[in-house]
Amino acid sequence: MMTELEGLYALWYRELKVFLREKSRIVSSLFTPLLWIVVLGTGLGSSVSLNGTNYQVFIFPGVLAMTVLFSSIFFGLYIVWDKRIDFFKEVLVAPLSRLTIFAGKMLGGCTDALIQGALMLAFGVFLGVSFTAEKVAMTMIFMLTLASATVSVGLVIGSRMESPEGFNLIISFLVFPLFFLSGALFPINNLPAWLGTFTVLNPITYAVDGMRAVMLGTSAFPVIMDFGVLLGFSIVMIVIGSIAFSRMS
Amino acid sequence: MNEFEIGTPRVLGDTVIEVLGLTKNFGPILAVDHVSLSIREGEVFGLLGPNGAGKTTTLSMLATLLKPTEGTAHVDGHDILKEPDAVRRSIGIVFQDPSSDDILTGRENLYLHALMYGVEANVREQRIREALQLVDLEDRADSLVKTYSGGMRRRLELARGLLHRPKILFLDEPTLGLDPQTREHIWRYIRRLVEQERVTIILTTHYMDEAEHLCDQVAIIDDGRIVALDRPERLKQIIGGDIVRLRIKNPRLSPVKELAYVLKVEQAGDYLLLTVKNSSLHLQEILRLVGNVESVELRTPTLNDVFLHYTGHEIREAEAEGGFFERAARARANR
Repeated sequence: MMTELEGLYALWYRELKVFLREKSRIVSSLFTPLLWIVVLGTGLGSSVSLNGTNYQVFIFPGVLAMTVLFSSIFFGLYIVWDKRIDFFKEVLVAPLSRLTIFAGKMLGGCTDALIQGALMLAFGVFLGVSFTAEKVAMTMIFMLTLASATVSVGLVIGSRMESPEGFNLIISFLVFPLFFLSGALFPINNLPAWLGTFTVLNPITYAVDGMRAVMLGTSAFPVIMDFGVLLGFSIVMIVIGSIAFSRMS
Repeated sequence: MNEFEIGTPRVLGDTVIEVLGLTKNFGPILAVDHVSLSIREGEVFGLLGPNGAGKTTTLSMLATLLKPTEGTAHVDGHDILKEPDAVRRSIGIVFQDPSSDDILTGRENLYLHALMYGVEANVREQRIREALQLVDLEDRADSLVKTYSGGMRRRLELARGLLHRPKILFLDEPTLGLDPQTREHIWRYIRRLVEQERVTIILTTHYMDEAEHLCDQVAIIDDGRIVALDRPERLKQIIGGDIVRLRIKNPRLSPVKELAYVLKVEQAGDYLLLTVKNSSLHLQEILRLVGNVESVELRTPTLNDVFLHYTGHEIREAEAEGGFFERAARARANR
Protein backbone atom coordinates (compact mmCIF):
# COMPACT_ATOMS: atom_id res chain seq x y z
CA MET A 1 0.00 0.00 0.00
CA MET A 2 2.78 2.35 1.01
CA THR A 3 4.66 1.44 -2.15
CA GLU A 4 1.61 2.20 -4.28
CA LEU A 5 1.22 5.62 -2.68
CA GLU A 6 4.89 6.42 -3.13
CA GLY A 7 4.68 5.22 -6.70
CA LEU A 8 1.68 7.45 -7.23
CA TYR A 9 3.60 10.37 -5.81
CA ALA A 10 6.60 9.58 -8.02
CA LEU A 11 4.49 9.51 -11.17
CA TRP A 12 2.76 12.76 -10.27
CA TYR A 13 6.01 14.43 -9.25
CA ARG A 14 7.63 13.49 -12.54
CA GLU A 15 4.83 15.07 -14.55
CA LEU A 16 4.98 18.22 -12.47
CA LYS A 17 8.77 18.54 -12.78
CA VAL A 18 8.71 17.96 -16.52
CA PHE A 19 5.88 20.45 -16.91
CA LEU A 20 7.56 23.16 -14.86
CA ARG A 21 10.82 22.71 -16.72
CA GLU A 22 9.25 23.05 -20.14
CA LYS A 23 8.30 26.70 -19.92
CA SER A 24 7.55 26.84 -23.61
CA ARG A 25 4.74 24.34 -23.08
CA ILE A 26 3.05 26.66 -20.59
CA VAL A 27 3.41 29.71 -22.76
CA SER A 28 2.22 28.03 -25.95
CA SER A 29 -0.76 26.47 -24.20
CA LEU A 30 -1.94 29.89 -23.04
CA PHE A 31 -1.44 31.52 -26.40
CA THR A 32 -4.56 30.17 -28.14
CA PRO A 33 -7.00 30.94 -25.30
CA LEU A 34 -5.59 34.46 -25.04
CA LEU A 35 -6.11 34.90 -28.75
CA TRP A 36 -9.78 33.96 -28.38
CA ILE A 37 -10.28 36.37 -25.51
CA VAL A 38 -8.31 39.27 -26.89
CA VAL A 39 -9.10 39.08 -30.59
CA LEU A 40 -12.51 37.44 -30.79
CA GLY A 41 -13.62 38.92 -27.50
CA THR A 42 -12.66 42.44 -28.45
CA GLY A 43 -13.75 42.16 -32.07
CA LEU A 44 -17.20 40.74 -31.42
CA GLY A 45 -17.48 42.49 -28.06
CA SER A 46 -17.40 45.88 -29.71
CA SER A 47 -20.81 45.21 -31.26
CA VAL A 48 -22.29 42.31 -29.25
CA SER A 49 -23.43 42.25 -25.68
CA LEU A 50 -25.40 39.43 -24.11
CA ASN A 51 -28.05 40.15 -21.48
CA GLY A 52 -26.07 43.18 -20.46
CA THR A 53 -22.83 41.18 -20.14
CA ASN A 54 -19.83 42.27 -22.17
CA TYR A 55 -19.08 39.54 -24.78
CA GLN A 56 -15.46 39.28 -23.75
CA VAL A 57 -16.52 38.57 -20.18
CA PHE A 58 -19.26 36.24 -21.38
CA ILE A 59 -16.84 33.94 -23.21
CA PHE A 60 -14.26 34.07 -20.43
CA PRO A 61 -15.57 30.97 -18.57
CA GLY A 62 -15.78 29.18 -21.92
CA VAL A 63 -12.18 30.04 -22.73
CA LEU A 64 -11.15 28.81 -19.28
CA ALA A 65 -12.86 25.50 -20.01
CA MET A 66 -11.10 25.44 -23.37
CA THR A 67 -7.70 25.97 -21.74
CA VAL A 68 -8.31 23.02 -19.46
CA LEU A 69 -9.86 20.88 -22.21
CA PHE A 70 -7.04 21.39 -24.70
CA SER A 71 -4.15 20.96 -22.35
CA SER A 72 -5.63 17.96 -20.59
CA ILE A 73 -6.68 16.03 -23.68
CA PHE A 74 -3.33 16.70 -25.31
CA PHE A 75 -1.69 15.34 -22.19
CA GLY A 76 -2.54 11.91 -23.58
CA LEU A 77 -0.05 12.57 -26.35
CA TYR A 78 2.82 12.20 -23.87
CA ILE A 79 1.77 8.62 -23.25
CA VAL A 80 2.08 7.91 -26.96
CA TRP A 81 5.61 9.34 -26.97
CA ASP A 82 6.55 7.65 -23.74
CA LYS A 83 5.46 4.38 -25.31
CA ARG A 84 7.53 4.96 -28.42
CA ILE A 85 10.70 5.37 -26.41
CA ASP A 86 11.34 2.85 -23.70
CA PHE A 87 10.55 5.25 -20.91
CA PHE A 88 7.07 3.95 -20.31
CA LYS A 89 8.24 0.34 -20.18
CA GLU A 90 10.32 1.33 -17.20
CA VAL A 91 7.12 2.40 -15.47
CA LEU A 92 5.13 -0.62 -16.62
CA VAL A 93 7.71 -3.06 -15.29
CA ALA A 94 7.70 -1.38 -11.86
CA PRO A 95 5.95 -3.35 -9.13
CA LEU A 96 2.96 -0.99 -9.20
CA SER A 97 -0.64 -1.73 -10.07
CA ARG A 98 -1.95 -0.34 -13.35
CA LEU A 99 -4.53 1.59 -11.38
CA THR A 100 -1.75 3.43 -9.57
CA ILE A 101 0.04 4.15 -12.84
CA PHE A 102 -3.15 5.51 -14.32
CA ALA A 103 -3.95 7.59 -11.25
CA GLY A 104 -0.42 9.04 -11.14
CA LYS A 105 -0.54 10.05 -14.79
CA MET A 106 -4.05 11.39 -14.41
CA LEU A 107 -3.22 13.53 -11.39
CA GLY A 108 -0.09 14.77 -13.17
CA GLY A 109 -2.18 15.84 -16.14
CA CYS A 110 -4.75 17.50 -13.89
CA THR A 111 -2.02 19.47 -12.18
CA ASP A 112 -0.66 20.71 -15.51
CA ALA A 113 -4.14 21.69 -16.70
CA LEU A 114 -5.02 23.34 -13.42
CA ILE A 115 -1.87 25.46 -13.39
CA GLN A 116 -2.69 26.67 -16.88
CA GLY A 117 -6.31 27.23 -15.93
CA ALA A 118 -5.26 29.25 -12.88
CA LEU A 119 -2.98 31.44 -14.99
CA MET A 120 -5.86 32.10 -17.38
CA LEU A 121 -8.16 32.77 -14.46
CA ALA A 122 -5.79 35.43 -13.18
CA PHE A 123 -6.00 37.07 -16.59
CA GLY A 124 -9.69 37.66 -15.85
CA VAL A 125 -8.68 40.56 -13.62
CA PHE A 126 -7.74 42.54 -16.73
CA LEU A 127 -11.20 41.91 -18.19
CA GLY A 128 -12.90 43.36 -15.15
CA VAL A 129 -14.29 40.07 -13.81
CA SER A 130 -14.93 40.58 -10.12
CA PHE A 131 -13.37 37.82 -8.02
CA THR A 132 -14.04 36.66 -4.53
CA ALA A 133 -12.21 33.85 -2.74
CA GLU A 134 -15.36 31.76 -3.01
CA LYS A 135 -15.68 32.35 -6.77
CA VAL A 136 -12.05 31.40 -7.33
CA ALA A 137 -12.34 28.26 -5.22
CA MET A 138 -15.50 27.09 -6.95
CA THR A 139 -14.08 27.82 -10.40
CA MET A 140 -10.98 25.81 -9.51
CA ILE A 141 -13.15 22.89 -8.38
CA PHE A 142 -15.00 22.98 -11.70
CA MET A 143 -11.72 23.11 -13.60
CA LEU A 144 -10.28 20.21 -11.60
CA THR A 145 -13.34 18.04 -12.20
CA LEU A 146 -13.29 18.89 -15.89
CA ALA A 147 -9.55 18.18 -16.05
CA SER A 148 -9.88 14.78 -14.34
CA ALA A 149 -12.45 13.78 -16.96
CA THR A 150 -10.67 15.11 -20.02
CA VAL A 151 -7.18 14.00 -18.97
CA SER A 152 -8.70 10.53 -18.69
CA VAL A 153 -10.14 10.87 -22.21
CA GLY A 154 -6.66 11.81 -23.46
CA LEU A 155 -5.01 8.94 -21.61
CA VAL A 156 -7.54 6.40 -22.87
CA ILE A 157 -6.93 7.48 -26.46
CA GLY A 158 -3.18 7.73 -25.87
CA SER A 159 -3.02 4.24 -24.41
CA ARG A 160 -4.62 2.80 -27.56
CA MET A 161 -2.66 4.76 -30.15
CA GLU A 162 0.72 3.81 -31.56
CA SER A 163 1.64 7.03 -33.33
CA PRO A 164 1.44 10.72 -32.44
CA GLU A 165 -0.04 11.38 -35.88
CA GLY A 166 -2.92 9.02 -35.19
CA PHE A 167 -3.47 10.62 -31.82
CA ASN A 168 -3.57 14.11 -33.31
CA LEU A 169 -6.04 13.00 -35.96
CA ILE A 170 -8.48 11.57 -33.44
CA ILE A 171 -8.08 14.51 -31.12
CA SER A 172 -8.77 17.15 -33.72
CA PHE A 173 -12.01 15.36 -34.54
CA LEU A 174 -12.88 15.45 -30.87
CA VAL A 175 -11.55 18.62 -29.30
CA PHE A 176 -12.96 21.28 -31.58
CA PRO A 177 -16.50 19.86 -31.73
CA LEU A 178 -16.45 19.54 -27.93
CA PHE A 179 -15.37 23.16 -27.65
CA PHE A 180 -17.69 24.66 -30.25
CA LEU A 181 -20.71 22.69 -29.04
CA SER A 182 -20.20 23.61 -25.41
CA GLY A 183 -21.79 27.05 -25.38
CA ALA A 184 -18.38 28.55 -24.69
CA LEU A 185 -18.92 31.19 -27.36
CA PHE A 186 -22.70 31.65 -27.36
CA PRO A 187 -25.68 31.31 -24.99
CA ILE A 188 -27.38 27.92 -25.32
CA ASN A 189 -30.92 28.93 -24.36
CA ASN A 190 -32.32 29.78 -27.79
CA LEU A 191 -30.51 27.42 -30.12
CA PRO A 192 -32.15 25.58 -33.05
CA ALA A 193 -33.16 22.07 -32.02
CA TRP A 194 -30.31 20.19 -33.76
CA LEU A 195 -27.62 22.37 -32.25
CA GLY A 196 -29.32 22.41 -28.88
CA THR A 197 -29.39 18.62 -28.79
CA PHE A 198 -25.65 18.36 -29.42
CA THR A 199 -24.98 20.97 -26.79
CA VAL A 200 -27.06 19.26 -24.13
CA LEU A 201 -25.33 15.94 -24.87
CA ASN A 202 -21.86 17.49 -24.61
CA PRO A 203 -20.48 17.15 -21.07
CA ILE A 204 -18.22 20.17 -21.57
CA THR A 205 -21.37 22.31 -21.75
CA TYR A 206 -21.94 21.72 -18.05
CA ALA A 207 -18.42 22.77 -17.14
CA VAL A 208 -18.82 26.02 -19.10
CA ASP A 209 -22.30 26.64 -17.75
CA GLY A 210 -21.24 25.91 -14.19
CA MET A 211 -18.27 28.25 -14.31
CA ARG A 212 -20.41 30.92 -15.90
CA ALA A 213 -22.89 30.54 -13.07
CA VAL A 214 -20.13 30.81 -10.47
CA MET A 215 -18.33 33.77 -12.02
CA LEU A 216 -21.03 35.78 -13.74
CA GLY A 217 -24.19 34.60 -12.01
CA THR A 218 -25.93 33.65 -15.27
CA SER A 219 -26.46 30.09 -16.41
CA ALA A 220 -28.75 27.83 -18.39
CA PHE A 221 -28.88 25.07 -15.76
CA PRO A 222 -28.77 25.10 -11.96
CA VAL A 223 -25.15 25.05 -10.82
CA ILE A 224 -25.65 21.89 -8.78
CA MET A 225 -26.86 20.09 -11.89
CA ASP A 226 -23.86 21.36 -13.85
CA PHE A 227 -21.54 19.99 -11.22
CA GLY A 228 -23.41 16.69 -10.92
CA VAL A 229 -23.25 15.98 -14.65
CA LEU A 230 -19.58 16.96 -14.78
CA LEU A 231 -18.73 14.77 -11.80
CA GLY A 232 -20.59 11.85 -13.35
CA PHE A 233 -18.65 12.33 -16.60
CA SER A 234 -15.41 12.41 -14.65
CA ILE A 235 -16.14 9.20 -12.74
CA VAL A 236 -17.12 7.33 -15.90
CA MET A 237 -13.95 8.46 -17.70
CA ILE A 238 -11.72 7.56 -14.76
CA VAL A 239 -13.18 4.05 -14.66
CA ILE A 240 -12.71 3.64 -18.42
CA GLY A 241 -9.17 4.97 -18.10
CA SER A 242 -8.26 2.50 -15.36
CA ILE A 243 -9.58 -0.35 -17.48
CA ALA A 244 -7.70 0.87 -20.55
CA PHE A 245 -4.45 0.98 -18.57
CA SER A 246 -4.91 -2.43 -17.03
CA ARG A 247 -5.24 -3.86 -20.55
CA MET A 248 -2.14 -2.14 -21.84
CA SER A 249 0.89 -4.39 -22.31
CA MET B 1 45.12 -11.19 -21.93
CA ASN B 2 42.54 -8.64 -20.98
CA GLU B 3 41.04 -7.46 -17.74
CA PHE B 4 37.63 -8.90 -18.39
CA GLU B 5 38.73 -12.49 -18.75
CA ILE B 6 37.53 -14.58 -15.88
CA GLY B 7 40.61 -16.02 -14.20
CA THR B 8 39.03 -18.59 -11.99
CA PRO B 9 35.41 -19.57 -12.43
CA ARG B 10 33.39 -17.87 -9.74
CA VAL B 11 31.36 -19.91 -7.35
CA LEU B 12 27.88 -20.05 -8.76
CA GLY B 13 24.78 -20.55 -6.67
CA ASP B 14 21.49 -22.27 -7.32
CA THR B 15 19.36 -21.89 -10.41
CA VAL B 16 17.59 -18.51 -10.37
CA ILE B 17 16.06 -18.56 -13.84
CA GLU B 18 14.52 -21.63 -15.36
CA VAL B 19 13.06 -21.20 -18.83
CA LEU B 20 10.77 -23.97 -20.02
CA GLY B 21 9.81 -24.18 -23.68
CA LEU B 22 9.21 -20.46 -23.96
CA THR B 23 7.52 -19.59 -27.26
CA LYS B 24 6.16 -16.40 -28.78
CA ASN B 25 4.26 -15.92 -32.01
CA PHE B 26 3.47 -12.58 -33.56
CA GLY B 27 0.75 -13.70 -35.91
CA PRO B 28 2.37 -16.09 -38.36
CA ILE B 29 5.88 -15.10 -37.26
CA LEU B 30 7.54 -17.37 -34.76
CA ALA B 31 9.79 -15.00 -32.81
CA VAL B 32 10.85 -17.35 -30.04
CA ASP B 33 10.68 -21.08 -30.61
CA HIS B 34 10.60 -23.34 -27.53
CA VAL B 35 13.56 -21.84 -25.72
CA SER B 36 14.66 -23.71 -22.60
CA LEU B 37 17.61 -22.82 -20.45
CA SER B 38 18.63 -22.38 -16.85
CA ILE B 39 20.75 -19.68 -15.30
CA ARG B 40 22.51 -19.90 -11.97
CA GLU B 41 22.93 -17.25 -9.34
CA GLY B 42 25.88 -14.94 -9.88
CA GLU B 43 26.20 -15.82 -13.54
CA VAL B 44 26.52 -13.48 -16.48
CA PHE B 45 24.42 -15.14 -19.13
CA GLY B 46 24.49 -13.91 -22.70
CA LEU B 47 21.92 -14.35 -25.44
CA LEU B 48 23.94 -13.90 -28.60
CA GLY B 49 22.37 -13.56 -31.99
CA PRO B 50 21.64 -11.24 -34.90
CA ASN B 51 18.85 -8.67 -34.83
CA GLY B 52 15.48 -10.28 -35.09
CA ALA B 53 16.72 -13.55 -33.59
CA GLY B 54 14.27 -13.23 -30.70
CA LYS B 55 16.62 -12.06 -27.95
CA THR B 56 14.67 -8.98 -26.89
CA THR B 57 11.38 -10.86 -27.14
CA THR B 58 12.76 -13.53 -24.81
CA LEU B 59 13.93 -10.88 -22.37
CA SER B 60 10.59 -9.07 -22.50
CA MET B 61 8.77 -12.27 -21.64
CA LEU B 62 11.08 -12.95 -18.70
CA ALA B 63 10.50 -9.37 -17.51
CA THR B 64 6.71 -9.93 -17.73
CA LEU B 65 6.31 -7.23 -20.37
CA LEU B 66 5.09 -9.75 -22.94
CA LYS B 67 2.93 -12.81 -22.46
CA PRO B 68 4.37 -15.99 -23.97
CA THR B 69 2.26 -17.88 -26.48
CA GLU B 70 3.44 -21.13 -24.98
CA GLY B 71 5.73 -22.32 -22.21
CA THR B 72 6.75 -20.42 -19.13
CA ALA B 73 9.71 -19.50 -16.95
CA HIS B 74 10.54 -19.25 -13.28
CA VAL B 75 12.41 -16.15 -12.26
CA ASP B 76 13.73 -16.19 -8.71
CA GLY B 77 11.28 -18.98 -7.97
CA HIS B 78 8.24 -17.13 -9.32
CA ASP B 79 6.27 -18.15 -12.36
CA ILE B 80 6.20 -15.31 -14.93
CA LEU B 81 2.59 -16.15 -15.82
CA LYS B 82 1.16 -16.70 -12.36
CA GLU B 83 3.13 -14.22 -10.27
CA PRO B 84 4.24 -11.36 -12.52
CA ASP B 85 4.26 -8.92 -9.59
CA ALA B 86 6.65 -11.05 -7.57
CA VAL B 87 8.87 -11.41 -10.64
CA ARG B 88 8.93 -7.64 -11.09
CA ARG B 89 10.09 -7.14 -7.55
CA SER B 90 13.03 -9.52 -8.12
CA ILE B 91 14.30 -8.01 -11.33
CA GLY B 92 15.83 -4.86 -12.70
CA ILE B 93 15.94 -4.09 -16.39
CA VAL B 94 17.95 -1.80 -18.61
CA PHE B 95 16.27 -1.35 -21.94
CA GLN B 96 17.84 -1.17 -25.35
CA ASP B 97 16.49 2.32 -25.98
CA PRO B 98 17.31 5.18 -23.64
CA SER B 99 14.61 5.22 -21.01
CA SER B 100 15.69 7.92 -18.59
CA ASP B 101 13.91 11.23 -18.52
CA ASP B 102 16.28 13.66 -20.13
CA ILE B 103 14.58 16.75 -18.80
CA LEU B 104 15.30 15.55 -15.26
CA THR B 105 18.69 15.25 -13.60
CA GLY B 106 20.41 11.93 -13.05
CA ARG B 107 19.67 12.10 -9.35
CA GLU B 108 15.99 12.90 -9.95
CA ASN B 109 15.70 9.93 -12.28
CA LEU B 110 17.13 7.68 -9.60
CA TYR B 111 14.90 9.21 -6.93
CA LEU B 112 11.75 8.58 -8.97
CA HIS B 113 12.84 5.04 -9.68
CA ALA B 114 13.49 4.43 -5.98
CA LEU B 115 9.96 5.64 -5.18
CA MET B 116 8.34 3.53 -7.86
CA TYR B 117 10.23 0.40 -6.88
CA GLY B 118 9.48 0.71 -3.20
CA VAL B 119 12.98 1.48 -1.91
CA GLU B 120 12.40 2.40 1.71
CA ALA B 121 12.70 6.04 2.68
CA ASN B 122 15.47 5.58 5.24
CA VAL B 123 17.88 3.94 2.79
CA ARG B 124 16.86 5.86 -0.33
CA GLU B 125 19.49 8.61 -0.21
CA GLN B 126 22.25 6.19 0.60
CA ARG B 127 21.31 3.76 -2.18
CA ILE B 128 21.23 6.57 -4.71
CA ARG B 129 24.65 7.73 -3.56
CA GLU B 130 26.07 4.23 -3.76
CA ALA B 131 24.59 3.57 -7.17
CA LEU B 132 26.01 6.84 -8.51
CA GLN B 133 29.37 5.94 -7.06
CA LEU B 134 29.33 2.51 -8.63
CA VAL B 135 29.00 3.96 -12.12
CA ASP B 136 31.19 7.03 -11.44
CA LEU B 137 28.47 9.58 -12.02
CA GLU B 138 28.55 11.44 -8.69
CA ASP B 139 29.95 14.64 -10.13
CA ARG B 140 27.32 14.81 -12.87
CA ALA B 141 24.38 13.63 -10.80
CA ASP B 142 22.73 17.04 -10.70
CA SER B 143 23.01 17.83 -14.41
CA LEU B 144 20.06 17.25 -16.70
CA VAL B 145 20.28 13.90 -18.45
CA LYS B 146 20.05 15.62 -21.84
CA THR B 147 23.57 16.93 -21.26
CA TYR B 148 24.91 13.38 -20.78
CA SER B 149 26.83 11.43 -23.38
CA GLY B 150 25.46 8.10 -24.60
CA GLY B 151 27.81 6.20 -22.32
CA MET B 152 26.81 8.25 -19.29
CA ARG B 153 23.14 7.58 -19.97
CA ARG B 154 23.80 3.88 -20.13
CA ARG B 155 25.69 4.08 -16.85
CA LEU B 156 22.83 6.00 -15.25
CA GLU B 157 20.44 3.32 -16.44
CA LEU B 158 22.68 0.60 -15.03
CA ALA B 159 22.67 2.42 -11.70
CA ARG B 160 18.92 2.78 -11.86
CA GLY B 161 18.46 -0.90 -12.62
CA LEU B 162 20.31 -1.74 -9.41
CA LEU B 163 18.73 0.77 -7.08
CA HIS B 164 16.14 -1.57 -5.64
CA ARG B 165 18.73 -4.34 -5.20
CA PRO B 166 17.23 -6.79 -7.68
CA LYS B 167 18.56 -10.32 -7.59
CA ILE B 168 18.51 -10.43 -11.35
CA LEU B 169 19.37 -7.70 -13.80
CA PHE B 170 18.31 -7.81 -17.44
CA LEU B 171 20.40 -5.84 -19.90
CA ASP B 172 19.14 -5.50 -23.45
CA GLU B 173 22.07 -4.74 -25.74
CA PRO B 174 23.95 -2.84 -23.03
CA THR B 175 26.55 -1.32 -25.36
CA LEU B 176 24.62 -0.94 -28.60
CA GLY B 177 25.98 1.92 -30.67
CA LEU B 178 28.61 3.00 -28.14
CA ASP B 179 32.22 3.62 -29.12
CA PRO B 180 34.77 0.91 -28.24
CA GLN B 181 36.27 2.76 -25.30
CA THR B 182 32.88 3.44 -23.73
CA ARG B 183 31.90 -0.15 -24.31
CA GLU B 184 34.92 -1.37 -22.37
CA HIS B 185 33.96 0.96 -19.54
CA ILE B 186 30.43 -0.38 -19.47
CA TRP B 187 31.81 -3.92 -19.39
CA ARG B 188 33.93 -2.99 -16.43
CA TYR B 189 30.90 -1.58 -14.62
CA ILE B 190 28.91 -4.71 -15.35
CA ARG B 191 31.69 -6.89 -13.95
CA ARG B 192 31.83 -4.65 -10.92
CA LEU B 193 28.12 -5.14 -10.34
CA VAL B 194 28.48 -8.88 -10.49
CA GLU B 195 31.40 -8.95 -8.11
CA GLN B 196 30.20 -6.36 -5.59
CA GLU B 197 26.45 -6.85 -5.64
CA ARG B 198 26.32 -10.53 -6.60
CA VAL B 199 23.51 -9.96 -9.04
CA THR B 200 22.77 -12.43 -11.76
CA ILE B 201 22.89 -10.84 -15.17
CA ILE B 202 21.18 -11.89 -18.33
CA LEU B 203 22.05 -9.80 -21.33
CA THR B 204 21.36 -9.81 -25.02
CA THR B 205 23.97 -8.83 -27.54
CA HIS B 206 24.87 -9.18 -31.15
CA TYR B 207 28.48 -8.26 -30.42
CA MET B 208 30.73 -11.32 -30.41
CA ASP B 209 33.41 -9.68 -28.33
CA GLU B 210 30.89 -8.65 -25.71
CA ALA B 211 29.65 -12.20 -25.33
CA GLU B 212 33.23 -13.49 -25.20
CA HIS B 213 34.58 -11.01 -22.68
CA LEU B 214 31.62 -10.61 -20.41
CA CYS B 215 29.63 -13.81 -20.27
CA ASP B 216 30.10 -16.96 -18.25
CA GLN B 217 27.58 -18.75 -20.44
CA VAL B 218 26.48 -17.93 -23.93
CA ALA B 219 23.37 -19.14 -25.71
CA ILE B 220 23.67 -18.66 -29.45
CA ILE B 221 20.24 -17.88 -30.73
CA ASP B 222 19.15 -17.73 -34.35
CA ASP B 223 15.62 -17.59 -35.77
CA GLY B 224 14.13 -17.87 -32.30
CA ARG B 225 15.95 -21.09 -31.44
CA ILE B 226 18.95 -21.80 -29.26
CA VAL B 227 21.52 -23.46 -31.51
CA ALA B 228 24.31 -23.77 -28.95
CA LEU B 229 24.74 -23.11 -25.25
CA ASP B 230 27.97 -23.33 -23.30
CA ARG B 231 30.84 -21.35 -21.84
CA PRO B 232 32.53 -19.23 -24.53
CA GLU B 233 35.81 -21.18 -24.35
CA ARG B 234 33.99 -24.47 -24.73
CA LEU B 235 31.98 -23.17 -27.65
CA LYS B 236 35.17 -22.18 -29.40
CA GLN B 237 36.67 -25.62 -28.85
CA ILE B 238 33.89 -26.99 -31.02
CA ILE B 239 35.67 -25.52 -34.02
CA GLY B 240 38.51 -27.91 -33.25
CA GLY B 241 41.38 -25.87 -34.65
CA ASP B 242 42.61 -22.47 -35.72
CA ILE B 243 41.30 -20.40 -38.56
CA VAL B 244 43.61 -19.78 -41.50
CA ARG B 245 42.35 -17.17 -43.90
CA LEU B 246 44.12 -16.91 -47.23
CA ARG B 247 43.69 -14.32 -49.92
CA ILE B 248 44.24 -16.26 -53.09
CA LYS B 249 43.05 -16.43 -56.67
CA ASN B 250 42.51 -19.92 -58.14
CA PRO B 251 43.53 -22.01 -55.13
CA ARG B 252 44.35 -25.67 -55.63
CA LEU B 253 41.71 -27.12 -53.39
CA SER B 254 42.00 -30.89 -53.75
CA PRO B 255 45.48 -31.41 -52.25
CA VAL B 256 44.53 -29.18 -49.30
CA LYS B 257 41.30 -31.03 -48.70
CA GLU B 258 43.19 -34.31 -48.48
CA LEU B 259 45.32 -33.15 -45.57
CA ALA B 260 44.22 -34.89 -42.37
CA TYR B 261 44.73 -31.85 -40.18
CA VAL B 262 42.57 -29.60 -42.34
CA LEU B 263 39.11 -29.93 -40.82
CA LYS B 264 37.15 -27.64 -43.03
CA VAL B 265 37.61 -25.76 -46.28
CA GLU B 266 35.42 -22.89 -47.33
CA GLN B 267 35.76 -20.59 -50.27
CA ALA B 268 34.30 -17.09 -50.30
CA GLY B 269 35.25 -14.84 -53.20
CA ASP B 270 39.00 -14.29 -53.21
CA TYR B 271 39.30 -15.80 -49.77
CA LEU B 272 39.87 -19.32 -48.63
CA LEU B 273 38.94 -20.15 -45.07
CA LEU B 274 40.53 -23.22 -43.52
CA THR B 275 40.03 -24.75 -40.11
CA VAL B 276 43.37 -26.31 -39.19
CA LYS B 277 44.50 -28.40 -36.24
CA ASN B 278 47.89 -27.37 -34.78
CA SER B 279 48.16 -24.75 -37.46
CA SER B 280 51.62 -23.50 -36.53
CA LEU B 281 53.11 -26.90 -37.41
CA HIS B 282 51.33 -27.21 -40.71
CA LEU B 283 51.13 -23.75 -42.18
CA GLN B 284 54.23 -24.23 -44.34
CA GLU B 285 52.83 -27.28 -46.02
CA ILE B 286 49.46 -25.70 -46.68
CA LEU B 287 51.05 -22.66 -48.28
CA ARG B 288 53.21 -24.86 -50.47
CA LEU B 289 50.25 -26.88 -51.72
CA VAL B 290 47.59 -24.25 -52.20
CA GLY B 291 49.21 -22.00 -54.78
CA ASN B 292 50.07 -18.31 -55.00
CA VAL B 293 48.92 -16.75 -51.79
CA GLU B 294 48.60 -12.96 -51.59
CA SER B 295 48.14 -12.77 -47.85
CA VAL B 296 47.76 -15.03 -44.84
CA GLU B 297 45.91 -14.52 -41.61
CA LEU B 298 46.10 -16.98 -38.75
CA ARG B 299 43.90 -16.69 -35.71
CA THR B 300 42.26 -18.65 -32.96
CA PRO B 301 38.55 -19.15 -33.41
CA THR B 302 36.09 -16.54 -32.18
CA LEU B 303 32.45 -16.84 -31.36
CA ASN B 304 31.83 -15.49 -34.84
CA ASP B 305 33.28 -18.71 -36.22
CA VAL B 306 31.15 -20.68 -33.81
CA PHE B 307 28.09 -18.77 -34.95
CA LEU B 308 28.98 -19.43 -38.57
CA HIS B 309 29.57 -23.09 -37.77
CA TYR B 310 26.10 -23.54 -36.31
CA THR B 311 23.98 -21.27 -38.46
CA GLY B 312 25.81 -21.16 -41.78
CA HIS B 313 25.77 -17.37 -41.77
CA GLU B 314 27.52 -14.55 -39.95
CA ILE B 315 26.13 -12.01 -37.57
CA ARG B 316 26.39 -8.79 -39.49
CA GLU B 317 27.07 -6.14 -36.93
CA ALA B 318 26.40 -3.35 -39.38
CA GLU B 319 22.76 -4.37 -39.33
CA ALA B 320 22.17 -2.81 -35.95
CA GLU B 321 18.95 -0.85 -35.98
CA GLY B 322 20.34 2.64 -35.59
CA GLY B 323 22.91 3.74 -33.06
CA PHE B 324 22.29 4.72 -29.50
CA PHE B 325 22.80 8.40 -30.20
CA GLU B 326 20.46 8.37 -33.12
CA ARG B 327 17.76 6.88 -30.96
CA ALA B 328 18.55 9.14 -28.06
CA ALA B 329 18.17 12.11 -30.38
CA ARG B 330 14.90 10.74 -31.66
CA ALA B 331 13.61 10.20 -28.15
CA ARG B 332 14.52 13.76 -27.30
CA ALA B 333 12.91 15.23 -30.39
CA ASN B 334 9.74 13.37 -29.50
CA ARG B 335 9.37 14.88 -26.08
